Amino acid sequence: MTETQSSSPPSAACVLDGPTGPYGSRLLYGWLRTGSPADLDEHLDRYGPPPLPRTARRPTAGPLVRAVEEAGLTGRGGAAFPTGRKLRTVAETPGPAVVIANGMESEPVSRKDKILLSLAPHLVLDGASLAAAAVGAEAVHLCLPRTRAGLVRHLAGAVDERRLRGIDRVPIHVHGLPHRYVSSEATSLVRWVNGGDARPASTPPRPFEQGVGGLPTLVDNVETLAHLALIARYGADWFRTAGRPGAPGTTLVTLAGAVRAPGVYETPMGTPIGELVDRAEGPSEEIGALLLGGFFGSWVPAETAMGLSFAKNDLAAVGAGPGAGVIAALPRRACGLAETARVLAYLAAHSARQCGPCTMGLPTVAEDFAAVARGDADTRLLDRLAGRIGLLSGRGACRHPDGASRLAATALRVFADDLRQHIRRGPCAAASRKPVLSVPDPAAADAQGWR
Amino acid sequence: MTSVVRLGAASLPVAAHRPLWFATRASGSITLLLLTAAVALGVLVSGRYAPKRFTRFEISALHRNVSVLSLAFLAVHIVTTVVDPLVPVGWVPALVPFISAYRAPWLGLATLASDLMLAVAITSAVRLRMGRRPWKAVHWLAYAAWPVALFHAAAGTDTHLDLQRGLYAACVAAVLAAVWWRLYRAGPGMLAGRLSAGVVAALVPAALGAFLASGPQGVFL
Amino acid sequence: MSDAQTASGVHTLLIDRIACDGHGACAELLPELIGLDEWGYPIVRSTDVPGELLDHARRAVAECPVLALRVEQKHR
Repeated sequence: MTETQSSSPPSAACVLDGPTGPYGSRLLYGWLRTGSPADLDEHLDRYGPPPLPRTARRPTAGPLVRAVEEAGLTGRGGAAFPTGRKLRTVAETPGPAVVIANGMESEPVSRKDKILLSLAPHLVLDGASLAAAAVGAEAVHLCLPRTRAGLVRHLAGAVDERRLRGIDRVPIHVHGLPHRYVSSEATSLVRWVNGGDARPASTPPRPFEQGVGGLPTLVDNVETLAHLALIARYGADWFRTAGRPGAPGTTLVTLAGAVRAPGVYETPMGTPIGELVDRAEGPSEEIGALLLGGFFGSWVPAETAMGLSFAKNDLAAVGAGPGAGVIAALPRRACGLAETARVLAYLAAHSARQCGPCTMGLPTVAEDFAAVARGDADTRLLDRLAGRIGLLSGRGACRHPDGASRLAATALRVFADDLRQHIRRGPCAAASRKPVLSVPDPAAADAQGWR
Repeated sequence: MTSVVRLGAASLPVAAHRPLWFATRASGSITLLLLTAAVALGVLVSGRYAPKRFTRFEISALHRNVSVLSLAFLAVHIVTTVVDPLVPVGWVPALVPFISAYRAPWLGLATLASDLMLAVAITSAVRLRMGRRPWKAVHWLAYAAWPVALFHAAAGTDTHLDLQRGLYAACVAAVLAAVWWRLYRAGPGMLAGRLSAGVVAALVPAALGAFLASGPQGVFL
Repeated sequence: MSDAQTASGVHTLLIDRIACDGHGACAELLPELIGLDEWGYPIVRSTDVPGELLDHARRAVAECPVLALRVEQKHR
């Protein structure tokens, strides 16, 4: 018992001073200080080795699980689920476990995972290693998109370097997976690592019950793991010094669209969206609406969105969520309906075509929406569309149709004026202009296969 | 081979007057008919056949009931074969394929077909507990059981009768039509796979035709 | 069967959406709880199975050609 107690991380009472850079940055601290990616030497100079426990885990939740729970860390991949609860569930399951670090970043607008993995790879790998020790995992699988070959090589190199120095106690495997929208689902990753397709699987069993090789599997986003690596070193109280009591810590946000300096920013949780837009040097032109969360997110009118805090509870009040940390600004002159139609076509092409709503419903919703954007819709089509949008939610094995449903429904609400215009007088002039959101070519999805 | 045929034809008038032998042949024919119906209905169910006058669960219930009925007649067929003193088949060769000395390999085919049917039936009875994949894997054996049963029947006593040949033709036509319809409905996509499955299905009547034209029918007396 | 219908637990409908091929037998046998969309895929009106529908729900489970429907008992 004394051995377990002597193991780090520090309890919440002893707060070390964690490194904090400009704008309260933590994950991007090194980058903002030096302007270059942190290699292993620099990482060790700054943080020291990961505080791994000295003894093997017993089937109980150890100090790190408690620290993460006290810190109130939530998943940064999209669902914002409490990370501590997930850790505890896997940790308390007897027998060996597996950790999957999810760096797939299938959300096309988001760049945060790519930036984090490029600039601070060892923070992510520390987090994966620490999480593995906390839940008694025998292996870590880092899942990255195959399309980012340079990133896969970069991380594989970083893992090799750590192996030579004997930093990690369990092997870390770096994988390149098909980069499709639904292949970042936790069940898709488990299925792929088990030798199958990177397509979502039916639940139950959920990955934490039965995942890789039938073992309980912890699937966490790479940013979440990087935060965990800092909590392990500096404690829960330090983590909570940023953000708000209900939304502690910092988060990475991708700002895109009509802002002067689009890119990835680290910000305390709960920062007002208007302030975030200012961090990106303000709007490049007048903004009409913002897409929050990502392609599976919600449209919110600019007037409403600018005053909102970027945190789960605040955004939930307007039917939105932080999702993958995406904020995309749509200029007032742009056509929100045409933008949404393109995104829906992308989401339809990227479904796994396994369940009814994605095989049949989503393509027809995308087609109906394209008709709306073209100005070919009448009220009968609108009624049909509203019905079909409503029927996408909660009827798939994964949340893909739910996300598409949310995007389409909020578009019809937020761009209601444009909608009336499109029905009465045909498409607006903006519908034929160059699109604002950069949507990857839907046809490229199938070329990658699922394996 | 010709001697066997002559022997069969010669003993026919005697055999026709034995009730057990009559029951064996009749129950065999009925089993084939019911098995054919069960297979065809199963194919329709898997293709989501939805006629206006029936509900879908009625068709799947019919599939199951016909299957159970075919097993009942199969049981009669086996029992009458074994208890018939003039047919030297014991209980063990009736259940274990290709060990009977009598009329091998045609009786072996029969045993194989009935074992496959039995496997399909037993797994279906407990399918809720088995899970979908294992059950489905075993259920595919029905596609093997049917042609095996068909060729066993074609080697039978009554194959020389026009009515009996008509029955075989109807059975083949029913299953082939159902399978082709199913393959057509599975489209579009997987064209190569569907076409080859369609060709394989068409091999059954081709092989049966060749068998009837040249084969050793009537080997069961 | 009868002991399962007592108030000891709640019965919940579960659909494996990937296994489901839209055969529609469940909606024919349990229209009180399950409807179909325009392509024949199930719309579950309520996942809670009241006691008087339990036998019908079990029948629907047994009738699903792809075993995509289940009724699970959740103990309170």
